[in-house]
Amino acid sequence: MHALIIDDSKTMRSILRRIVTELGFETTEAGNGQEALDVLEAGLVPDICLIDWNMPLMDGYTFVTRVRADDRWRNVTLMMVTTESEHGQIVRALAAGAHEYVIKPFTPDAIIEKMELLGLFAQEVPA
Amino acid sequence: MISPTSFAYVADLLRRETAMLCEPGKEYLVEARLLPLARSAGQPDVDGYVALLGRDPSERAKAIDALTINETSWFRDLAPYQAFTEAMLPPLLEARAHVKHLEIWSAACSSGQEAYSLTMLLKENLPPGWTARIHATDVSTTMLERVRAGRYSQVEMNRGMPAQRLVTWFTRAGNEWEVSPELRSMVTTQHLNLAAPFPPMPVFDIVFLRNVLIYFDLDTKRDILRRVSTRISPDGFLLLGSSETTLDLDDAWTREAAGRVWMHRPRTAARPAAAAPAPITAPALSQTGA
Repeated sequence: MHALIIDDSKTMRSILRRIVTELGFETTEAGNGQEALDVLEAGLVPDICLIDWNMPLMDGYTFVTRVRADDRWRNVTLMMVTTESEHGQIVRALAAGAHEYVIKPFTPDAIIEKMELLGLFAQEVPA
Repeated sequence: MISPTSFAYVADLLRRETAMLCEPGKEYLVEARLLPLARSAGQPDVDGYVALLGRDPSERAKAIDALTINETSWFRDLAPYQAFTEAMLPPLLEARAHVKHLEIWSAACSSGQEAYSLTMLLKENLPPGWTARIHATDVSTTMLERVRAGRYSQVEMNRGMPAQRLVTWFTRAGNEWEVSPELRSMVTTQHLNLAAPFPPMPVFDIVFLRNVLIYFDLDTKRDILRRVSTRISPDGFLLLGSSETTLDLDDAWTREAAGRVWMHRPRTAARPAAAAPAPITAPALSQTGA
């Protein structure tokens, strides 16, 4: 399983990398939407993209619309991880094709539970 | 760190008031939960606050509230909610077709995430014309106020709430999110200590009693399960936490698997409803193999 982490904050990328690495994901990082698109164009097809909204060059919303418009990436799960917390923003992101939405700040459990919700990971349940 | 004497006092208080066990090793938890209360009561540390508890009943109530709060998330563990929609609702929709109504108990409801998660599933799955009521109970009055308010912080909303349901059922209220009046109208609250005799309550079709029995000693667990069995309809369902079981505790229940979870049902439900009058039998044998 592979996660593409897209955020202009190195610290945030590192936090997310640690969480998903513990779930068994390999990771690739990008500092903005354009860099992330370049990664996809170069041939990487991740299982999930974790996407910040506000970034230079190309924001996360635009990245989502670009990915959703291209059939090569139809199976890639898109999850926004952003400080944008208005009701209308979330509706907009979902309408553009984001599957899930986590608002910063978050606890690691929040990311793990959403990944499970998306069927990307199953927590062990005691017998 | 809290002194052994203070910890023993708090453990005893919890045991007497709620029958919950607070064993050595939980000092950090007691400290973390009581420190904010100590500060707001003007006490320099938790020991000073515990000394105050002996003479101030209202602080005692607050302390019990703080100590019985559990972290929770929406659709916690997922599998129980799948069992709810896929295994429990279908037979009940058939069996209750004449009343078109379901009564559900969210026991030890904490801040209400379980109760409201269930209302969302009911809204999505009940046929037109059906109604349902979630009866949310807790030992903490603070928690019940939170359920009634139906307001949750951003951090709480992040915990397992699917984004689509968030935008469908919640609106922003300042820094918080508020559940829709439509869902709130499906939930009633009642103060209830599971360890004490139950107040008058409806008979329930489904009981969620998850991750709470673990806090009680064996005799209290048995007693709670026995009293729950009197509040559940013969064809109803009881759901416990993933590490909890009725096995070896109360033989009035049978277990049925639904995906990754066990649904517990009153033993009578295992017999066909239209069978001849039940013969007089010896007391049910306890289940084997556990």
